[in-house]
Amino acid sequence: MEKKEFHVIADTGIHARPATLLVQSASKFNSEITLQYQDKSVNLKSIMGVMSLGVGKDADVTISAEGADEADAIAALADTMKKEGLSE
Amino acid sequence: MAEKVLKGIAASDGIATAKAYMLVDPDLSFEKTTVSDTDAEIKRLHDAFDASKSELQVIKDKAVENLGAEEAEVFEAHITILSDPEMLGQIEGKIKDDNVNAEEALKEVTDTFISMFEAMTDNAYMQERAGDIRDVTKRVLSHLLGVTLPSPALIDSEVIVVAHDLTPSDTAQLDRKFVKGFITDIGGRTSHSAIMSRTLEIPAVVGSETATTDINEGDVVVLDGINGDALVTPTDAEVADYAQKAEEFSAQKAEWEKLKNEATVSKDGKHFELASNIGTPDDMDGVLDAGSEAVGLFRSEFLYMNSAELPDEDTQFEAYKKVVEGMNGKPVIVRTMDIGGDKHLPYLPLPDEMNPFLGYRAIRISLDRDDIFRTQLRALIRASHFGQLRIMFPMIATLDEFRQAKAIFEEEKAKLVADGVEVADDIKLGIMIEIPAAAILADQFAKEVDFFSIGTNDLIQYSFAADRGNERVSYLYQPYNPSLLRLIKHVIDAAHANGRIAGMCGEVAGDQIAVPLLMGLGLDEFSMSSTSVLKTRSLMKTIDTAEMAKLADKALNECVTNEEVKELVEKNVFNK
Repeated sequence: MEKKEFHVIADTGIHARPATLLVQSASKFNSEITLQYQDKSVNLKSIMGVMSLGVGKDADVTISAEGADEADAIAALADTMKKEGLSE
Repeated sequence: MAEKVLKGIAASDGIATAKAYMLVDPDLSFEKTTVSDTDAEIKRLHDAFDASKSELQVIKDKAVENLGAEEAEVFEAHITILSDPEMLGQIEGKIKDDNVNAEEALKEVTDTFISMFEAMTDNAYMQERAGDIRDVTKRVLSHLLGVTLPSPALIDSEVIVVAHDLTPSDTAQLDRKFVKGFITDIGGRTSHSAIMSRTLEIPAVVGSETATTDINEGDVVVLDGINGDALVTPTDAEVADYAQKAEEFSAQKAEWEKLKNEATVSKDGKHFELASNIGTPDDMDGVLDAGSEAVGLFRSEFLYMNSAELPDEDTQFEAYKKVVEGMNGKPVIVRTMDIGGDKHLPYLPLPDEMNPFLGYRAIRISLDRDDIFRTQLRALIRASHFGQLRIMFPMIATLDEFRQAKAIFEEEKAKLVADGVEVADDIKLGIMIEIPAAAILADQFAKEVDFFSIGTNDLIQYSFAADRGNERVSYLYQPYNPSLLRLIKHVIDAAHANGRIAGMCGEVAGDQIAVPLLMGLGLDEFSMSSTSVLKTRSLMKTIDTAEMAKLADKALNECVTNEEVKELVEKNVFNK
């Protein structure tokens, strides 16, 4: 399993357009990918799941992937997080 | 004779003949049933999801092509929801565990999501997503039930759109290439759909009451936006007759066209400023085609309404700059956000009010939420460097409100100047005169306010205490009533006594009966839909202002009713 922690810097947190792009990016991989925030964890391929977490600015979240392409998935998601200004 | 002739309110000039496209939601009701073959039911569900997805893909591509990537984003969001494994998984689970039909399982699961998002009252964005889920559910349901859901973005041949009413998101998806006109059941000359039809320059009839029941998909419809008529399944003779009328109308328009580069002067050589009302920078083509001398009203709320979240400073700055530059040094009056009343922002939920038109709207929101207001003012001040920009505050009732707005403006301007941003030194600040309290106190306002623009739609609504969207009291829309004319005269005189400009940006400014009287009263600036500009310039050339001053005096002091004033003008100006 691959894991990476992120500190959210976007003013709007993880919703609106960046959330959609994150989900789209996750959906390209076969691995099971989850987004964890505080004590809750959701399927990162589920837009409803991601939005229901209500991740705001300054939140610390963890993305984990498990499967054949887990390393690629984490790399791609880290890239999206950065490109969309969600995290540094 | 045509099968049926519908009578409505003429909302936008022009004549068009085409087949009807019914923009009406089909019946999506269903019964909850028990299914034994749950695998087959799950397959039905998957098929409906797949069909919805490919349909949305087509709609999205069309929308990108015709309207731009931004308008199309909402469809991308819908596709993402349809691709959600959690949602699909829960629906499948319901079918398997509860042996219910796909329709019922879909509804139960999506209802849970909708109420979950709606409950997030502190997060406007999430509340808006509830609307997306609702839209997506409707689409999947239509496929499960085998009915077609109409989509304005899918229209690919010439049609007349028939709808109960058109929402801003509907009109945003209408493609001018194919939509030759529209007719609605409800609405008046100043409803959103009517204003949009004039901006899009397509003929429209609103408030027909029965369009959606009297017209069927594919019926040929002749739409006469000049007189407010619609002929359903017309005879060949009628089609020919209207083709002739359409031709005469374009000939008349060609005649007006010649006045495009001329100044607006009365018969006795007095100059008036003829301006356009616009909603977005895209409307600038119409402004330039009409040879307008100014933008008298830029309804900035459309920037907010056409966006998924509050537009940031740079986005607004670009829009204002584009308009200011497009006018090439001619004045542009931008009205600050006028939200509330009948205009809502999904991402800025306002509590339901008993009387939204008398409630929390326009400057009242801006002064309360000064974070939103400051962002807008900063964008405006920055754009002032690129031409002649003026700022106008809507719904001002008291001088104190104006002073507060002005103080915030001065603060933001000083900050920008301190940061080295180039701004115009003399940005004029004006107010809409649309609340009787401000109209009556115009003489005091004129000492501090640089200009007035009379907003007749609301001024009439508030003066006559008649909701402008309520057809049952529409007889109280009395633009020529001497009481209103006296109020207008008071405002114009107050402006002039203090060396200020008095303009008008409501429907009345382009009204052919009112224009001669307003010229007689000395109104300086007339701002209207671009499509009315040349017609009005042509009329103004024939008017003698000294004669009109006398006629206006008669209208204000001898006439008693709206009808009497109308007849007076018809008789003396149009020889009817």
